[in-house]
Amino acid sequence: MPQVFGRYSNFWSRSTVAGLVLGFCLFVAAAYRIQDSAYYSRQYEVRHQPVPFSHAHHVGGLGIDCRYCHTSVETAAFAGLPPTKTCMNCHVEIWNRSPMLEPVRASFRTGRPLRWMRVNYLPDFVYFRHDIHIAKGVGCQTCHGHVDRMALMEQAKPLTMRWCLDCHRAPFNYLRPRAQVFNTEYIRPPNQVRLGKQLMKRYHVLDPRTLTSCSTCHR
Amino acid sequence: MPEDDTKIRSRAEQGERTRAGAGAGCHQPPPERPPRLTLEEARRRLQAGRGPRYWRALEELTADPEWLNLLEREFPRSASVWTGDRRNFIELMAASLALAGLTGCTRLPSERIVPYVIQPQRVTPGEPLFFATNIPVGGYAQPSLARSNDGRPTKIEGNPQHPFSQGGTSIFQQAELLTMYDPDRSQNIAEYGEVRSWAEFLTRLSQMPELQPGSRGNGLRLLTGNMTSPTLIWQIQNLLNKYPEARWHSWEPVSRDAVRLGTQMAFGRPLDVHYQFGRADIVLSLDGDFLAPEAGPGFLRYARDYAARRKMQNTSAQQPLSRMYMAESGCSLTGANADQRQPMRYTEIELLARGLAAQLGVAGAGGGGSLPGDPGWRAALLRDLEAHRGRSLVVAGEYQTPAVQALAHAMNQALGNAGQTVTYSEPVEALPAGVAEQRQSLLDLVNDMQAGKVTLLVIFGQNPVYSAPVDVPFAEALSRVRTRIHHGLYADETAAACDWHIPESHALEAWGDCRSADGSTGIIQPLIAPLYDSHSAWEMLAALGGPQQASGYELLRMYWAAKLGFNPAAIAPNVDSTAANSAPPPNPQTPVRPLGSLGQREPAAFEEAWETALYNGFFANSAAPAVNAAPRALQLPPPPASSAIEVVFRPDPTVYDGRYNNNGWLQELPKPVTKLTWDNAAIAGVGLSQQYKFSSEEIVEINAGGRALQLPAWVQPGHPNGTVTVTLGYGRRRTGRTGVGRGFDLYALRTSQQPWGGVGISVRPQRHPYPLAKTHSHFQMEGRDLAKSATLEEYQSDQHFAEPEPPPQPPRWMTLYPGFTYPDYAWAMSIDLNSCIGCSACVLGCQSENNIPVVGKLEVQRGREMHWLRIDRYYKGDYDNPETLFQPIPCMQCEDAPCELVCPVGATVHSSEGLNDMVYNRCVGTRYCSNNCPYKVRRFNFFHYADYDHLPSLAAMQNPDVTVRSRGVMEKCTYCVQRIMAARVRAELENRTVRDGEITPACAAACPTQAIVFGDKNNKQSRVSQQREDARTYHLLEELGTRPRTSYMAKVTNPNPALLESLNGPQSDSQVEAEEERHG
Repeated sequence: MPQVFGRYSNFWSRSTVAGLVLGFCLFVAAAYRIQDSAYYSRQYEVRHQPVPFSHAHHVGGLGIDCRYCHTSVETAAFAGLPPTKTCMNCHVEIWNRSPMLEPVRASFRTGRPLRWMRVNYLPDFVYFRHDIHIAKGVGCQTCHGHVDRMALMEQAKPLTMRWCLDCHRAPFNYLRPRAQVFNTEYIRPPNQVRLGKQLMKRYHVLDPRTLTSCSTCHR
Repeated sequence: MPEDDTKIRSRAEQGERTRAGAGAGCHQPPPERPPRLTLEEARRRLQAGRGPRYWRALEELTADPEWLNLLEREFPRSASVWTGDRRNFIELMAASLALAGLTGCTRLPSERIVPYVIQPQRVTPGEPLFFATNIPVGGYAQPSLARSNDGRPTKIEGNPQHPFSQGGTSIFQQAELLTMYDPDRSQNIAEYGEVRSWAEFLTRLSQMPELQPGSRGNGLRLLTGNMTSPTLIWQIQNLLNKYPEARWHSWEPVSRDAVRLGTQMAFGRPLDVHYQFGRADIVLSLDGDFLAPEAGPGFLRYARDYAARRKMQNTSAQQPLSRMYMAESGCSLTGANADQRQPMRYTEIELLARGLAAQLGVAGAGGGGSLPGDPGWRAALLRDLEAHRGRSLVVAGEYQTPAVQALAHAMNQALGNAGQTVTYSEPVEALPAGVAEQRQSLLDLVNDMQAGKVTLLVIFGQNPVYSAPVDVPFAEALSRVRTRIHHGLYADETAAACDWHIPESHALEAWGDCRSADGSTGIIQPLIAPLYDSHSAWEMLAALGGPQQASGYELLRMYWAAKLGFNPAAIAPNVDSTAANSAPPPNPQTPVRPLGSLGQREPAAFEEAWETALYNGFFANSAAPAVNAAPRALQLPPPPASSAIEVVFRPDPTVYDGRYNNNGWLQELPKPVTKLTWDNAAIAGVGLSQQYKFSSEEIVEINAGGRALQLPAWVQPGHPNGTVTVTLGYGRRRTGRTGVGRGFDLYALRTSQQPWGGVGISVRPQRHPYPLAKTHSHFQMEGRDLAKSATLEEYQSDQHFAEPEPPPQPPRWMTLYPGFTYPDYAWAMSIDLNSCIGCSACVLGCQSENNIPVVGKLEVQRGREMHWLRIDRYYKGDYDNPETLFQPIPCMQCEDAPCELVCPVGATVHSSEGLNDMVYNRCVGTRYCSNNCPYKVRRFNFFHYADYDHLPSLAAMQNPDVTVRSRGVMEKCTYCVQRIMAARVRAELENRTVRDGEITPACAAACPTQAIVFGDKNNKQSRVSQQREDARTYHLLEELGTRPRTSYMAKVTNPNPALLESLNGPQSDSQVEAEEERHG
């Protein structure tokens, strides 16, 4: 009986095996890259909001402090999103006929809340608290980027666990004096590491072993 | 999950030979098993001191093969669900792996944030708030702090400021949370099952001839349960004033009739009895189960006071360790905690009480003839009582006869205890005028119904069609009533027999008030708007008697304004308060003392008083004042006749009278003494089971006075042999999906004459099995002395009795464990076995706090219950009357943790503060950690138990600070890490360290006896550090070198030294061996 497969078939079988191995590796690598990409983490993505609220205008232009709207950022886990009433404090007087603000007025009239799209999303098994980060000298900018320059809000950082751990392992790279936490124009000083280490002592920032214990963020 | 042993079993069945290599290591011969023993042999071994010193069950003593099987395999039936073969398994695994990968291929989801339009004051989104409220259980208030997360009640804790409970909780109180969210609660007003609106109901009411203006209310009857609410009592009185012919009836299956009749007999009028365990050195309990939450409203206070006298730290020369004698007709929680216990028949308790009273010089006690119980026990008891006049206490069980109550009062008088260890007050509960007992009230109603005198009956929150005594034909009489209205949480048996059903608002949904057992009056404060179209009892009564437009809140404020001396019209201007004004000033039997500081009678001052009461959860100084009770000469009914076997009825330890039948938490909570779940059983002693040749989990027929019922038997060590204990509350025909059809309805045997027992019965074994879901065999730690106890004398001679001989420890450098250091905090827990009474409040507290799912009877039978904290029950000594120990077992949080090393994916890791963190997202479910855990505290989600996708109300109940676990994930006690983190963040924000006592895990917060202490062991001043230094402190399985963070303080019992010798006289080994030889 003649051979069914010629010598050439060795090439194909070898390249199939090699291809499978390579393909698998490529698949894993691609999956890893996608998982790590801005596409997956939805970084820089602009969400459609009921009202096109501009942080650039309100914060960068008018200079309103973060805490005017995000009232519980220093005292609670959740920074707080302003109730419609906060918007109406000003907009009952200014731009009170702007068609763009009609949803805000409608909300105040009818008592139906505005439904904003969440921009900075953390999964439910992450128990993040704003208050403790503010108290330890983590600036708003460090995680939220230059909000004062964002006409429409976007997620500035990947918010992946690796990104969190970057700081939890070496907080001195990021800490600022408490007085500068809400400063949108703050510039990282050249002696950041030295300053950061001093601040860690002064603010009693826990050691990286505690900061990277699983139960610090997951329960 | 398939396991190797299944594979082997299926192959063995096919007669297939296993090839070498595949499944190697599974072919070990079965381990050597000890020979099976009879109970008698086991007893002799125990007496000779050759059996286990502490044992868990009779099966353990007899080396039952099934028991050994459970012991050898941690997840004994985990494989039983799998029916496929190997190929099948690999296919499924491949598919599930691929699918598991696919689920990762989604982008992060989009979420909405919905802020308030106008944010209420004090509300910070995401931060919990606590509200003081009162949860009525059986009509009596259980003081509570309810936690609200963004408007959803998520946890009920005790109110530490309340003078009655001082922060303790009971299982019922905590489980009311699940009742509120129960998706099976009735949701609509219904007329013959058809949905109606509240307005339609009011219209129909206005057409009732009984309620027409000018009507005298002829034919109108109200039926309520135990009634302590001052406002409701006032409303009922208003209604009766308006309709003079109307009548109010009061009845609950678990009533306090015996207490009322007993005080009537002893003092000539009904009184409430308040025991002061804090002052009692010697306690004699005559069937008085004061340490069980189902056996009387005083539980929270009694448990607290009693345990305070059992803590070794509190003892001194002036305040010695208290000693409790108990004679009991069943196996109660109090009996399990007694130092000197005597099991006897139900009727013998009264004979004993008469005899003891006669010997203490009580005139008219009778007490001739031979007395039940051990003579030595009686003599020692009498000596102790005589020697502690004024510092002893005789407690009569609420479910004993009125004669026993009266005798106990007379003995307390004779011993000079009245006013010292026992005080009296006017009754907290109100009864209809002219009625001495609820039984009579129900009989009157049924007689009138049968005579056709009742035309409009409104039933408030009770279910008499199910729970009425069998000799009272309530259901039949009900059918003769023209219009029947049922108001209740569930569309139950009674609702089905009524024309109208009005859903009742839960205590967390509506305003109200009620009183604790000590008389303290508190507001019931709603935390959430009613989930369904429901109305409270206050609103129902307003609908009947007016003012109809008043809400529960307005009614309450009107009453309290009038009560505190303000003008109700000024408080609730929108309500036509003529009805309130025309009524006489509210006059419940014990008036609340007016608040002294309120000179002016302005509405603003009322607001202040009201807010204060709301904030505190009670009106200050509202406890019922003690009254002087003058004893009368005893005139007792003739003594009861004993029968060979008697039945004893008890409210069920977890489902009470049946009202918690649809509550999964309570159904699955192991009953503290029997460790049964999901069922009730006929509980009998070993002697009776041998006499009638039945065993546990076999059906027996009980015949009481011609009424027969078949139900499974449960053989309980220590149970008296002359009685069979049965619990009420099961066998429901109509309730939710959790409760329907479970267990057996014992109301079918219960008569109005002898509601709590003493009836002679015959027992006929039926010999067919009925598997029960019992947990006493689960999570064993095999044969070692884990619970430790000693008598006071042994303790005084050797305080370090609990410390094991120092085990041979290898040098530290040899260890494979990474050496962790804990520079900041090192969390630790200490559990005092002396104060633990086994009530299981901690188990429920843990379940509620940590989102622990309910798994169902079948899964419990497979050993898969999910409770992170369990209470192991151990026996010591002979099985006819053993000593009982309860030992709560949370995670030990080992410093050298065996679980951490074996996890292949790093899902359980050591935290810097010494916690064994569990990372659910990493867990792939190998269960290696659980296999390697010597304490068996890890729980595995075999199924998606926490599946609330189509039960949205249960999803709303979950604690948002704890992850809800999914299928295939291991979980365990975290020391309530969410509370630790919250306290640590709070401390960091305030630039300080965490204070001692700042963190209270859910179990410690729930404990009514403060048996659990938690804190930082690095802080040498902390309570937990000091307890760890105590001589009694020991660790579980210390010899394994796991260095647990959870420590125990061994139990010290206080039996009478004189009795110790005579009862458990040591029998020498040679005697026993000689006897064994003779036998065989």
